[in-house]
Amino acid sequence: MSKQLKQNLQNAGFLIVVAIIIFYLLFPFYWAVVSSLKSQAQLFEITYLPTEMYTDTYGVVFQNNNFILGLRNSIIVSFSVTIISLIVGSFAAYALGRLPFRGKTVILYTVLSMTMFPLIAVVGSLFTFIRNPCVVVGADCADLSLFNTRTALVITYLVFSLPFTTWVLTNFFKSLPAELEQAALVDGATPFQTFYMVLLPLTMPALVTTGMLTFIAAWNEFLFAMTFTLDFQSRTVQPAIAFFQGASEREIPWNNIMAASVVVTIPLILLVLIFQRRIVDGLTAGAVKG
Amino acid sequence: MAAVGEATTQAAPAAKTGRSKFAKQQERLAYMLVAPTLLLILVVAAWPLYKAVALSFTNERLGRPGQGEYVGLANYETLLWRVRERSDGSIRIGDSDFYEAVTNTILLTFVSVALELVLGLGIAMVINSKFRGRGFMRTAVLVPWAIPTVVSAQMWNWMYNDVFGVFNDMLQRIGIISDPIAWLANPTTALMAITAMEVWKTTPFMALLLLAGLQVISGDIYEAADIDGASRIQQFFGITLPLLRPAILVALIFRTMDALRIFDAIKVMTNGGSGTEVMSTYAHRNLFDFQKLGYGNAVAVVIFIIIAVFVVVYVTSIKVEEL
Repeated sequence: MSKQLKQNLQNAGFLIVVAIIIFYLLFPFYWAVVSSLKSQAQLFEITYLPTEMYTDTYGVVFQNNNFILGLRNSIIVSFSVTIISLIVGSFAAYALGRLPFRGKTVILYTVLSMTMFPLIAVVGSLFTFIRNPCVVVGADCADLSLFNTRTALVITYLVFSLPFTTWVLTNFFKSLPAELEQAALVDGATPFQTFYMVLLPLTMPALVTTGMLTFIAAWNEFLFAMTFTLDFQSRTVQPAIAFFQGASEREIPWNNIMAASVVVTIPLILLVLIFQRRIVDGLTAGAVKG
Repeated sequence: MAAVGEATTQAAPAAKTGRSKFAKQQERLAYMLVAPTLLLILVVAAWPLYKAVALSFTNERLGRPGQGEYVGLANYETLLWRVRERSDGSIRIGDSDFYEAVTNTILLTFVSVALELVLGLGIAMVINSKFRGRGFMRTAVLVPWAIPTVVSAQMWNWMYNDVFGVFNDMLQRIGIISDPIAWLANPTTALMAITAMEVWKTTPFMALLLLAGLQVISGDIYEAADIDGASRIQQFFGITLPLLRPAILVALIFRTMDALRIFDAIKVMTNGGSGTEVMSTYAHRNLFDFQKLGYGNAVAVVIFIIIAVFVVVYVTSIKVEEL
């Protein structure tokens, strides 16, 4: 076999592998989109290319009150959790990443361990807390129940969002050069002024990345959202998609479910595509040591 | 990189022993900055964990708060070591449904992590090589990761549909099967069907981690190996894999921890039926479907211990200060 032929075959083989991989990665989403553009009748014939675009499904989805409320609740909860986690987490991260103090190692180990915490271990007792917040101090205030509120989700989501932001930002703060603080010191700044006026502005990119990853994690959360809420006064969009109801008991409206899925996913995909670089750096930063 | 405080402590006036004023200032600031985080973690993690253990020693019901009685280790006995003889003469130790859930979880974890490693490495190596569609491929890789697990589960639910699903359709058209398979209803296929979805969803994360590890390897090493006449396969096993070891280990640990905690996919695709119950869904079922706050928390505590063992092994194998 000539060298050129061998090279051509290798190239062709490589491209086939690439094509298979791309098909594997994208087909399920493609199929969801195609299915979302079919009427109930069209669903029953399995065609792989969209023949007519039946967009009524999207109309149904956007007129579904539960779904709209779910979107609203998800936006509110995810934003709140992200803001709180970024503020509280960046304070702790600065201390953990740049200040010497006793007990630092223990706290670092704790934060790292918390990022791998099994939520199922605490969902039962958090439920008792949500239902009766004073149970922490042994009192009874069931009338202050947080069950079926967005607040319940914002508070409980901190169990995974706070350690995550703290850990990622700690690594980032550690990577900043010491000269900055030393220069600020020479200029007479207190430690807090150094943090607030010199280092915090520099961490903007890290805050954006961490914020996005936290938002996505909160958006995708299902266990707490399903357990601590009951109706769409506070229920978020993931339970909405999981329990999407059809017009009748028998028929599962797969085309509508796929339409809802696409609606929920497109913003995420766009976000991920635009901020690809940042997200990949953020994901690998805490994991791989360069 | 030494923090500023350590450098200046040495420059403190010789008259003062111990910490300088500046170092004390820094320490005070540090405690104030860390306090909110610690307090919140205390409330949403430490206390609930304590409460879960406390409840596991009672027979409390979800619908009747505060009325559970202390039962000691009874829940754990039923769950883990009580020996019962069944009517057919077989011996059961502990809660067989729980042990089945644990087995399913471990099986699912093992298979999915192994597949993700292989597929992720393949995809990472493809992206790492220079070809024209590389940018598009790197973008395509992120799509499964960007889709929420619940949504992905619904998408695959629809693909697995026994009457109108694409998998049955494609396999039947190619001729591999003649009758449609009820992927999620059939106990033989259900767990692996869900595993396939999990693998699809999380291979991107593996691929990205491994890609980061690959990109650190300098091309010079491969050039030298080429000159020495090493084949591609020899280079892969002799250069690539050894140098990727740290990245592979990190990826394995993160994915194993995630896989052990799986919940969303099972809940949405089979709700634990057809032999797909896993640890998390079993705990959730006992807590909220059967309303057994006492027994359910015993299950939750055991799950926590299992996972904590993995966490401790990992965390103690790295030096946090060096990260």
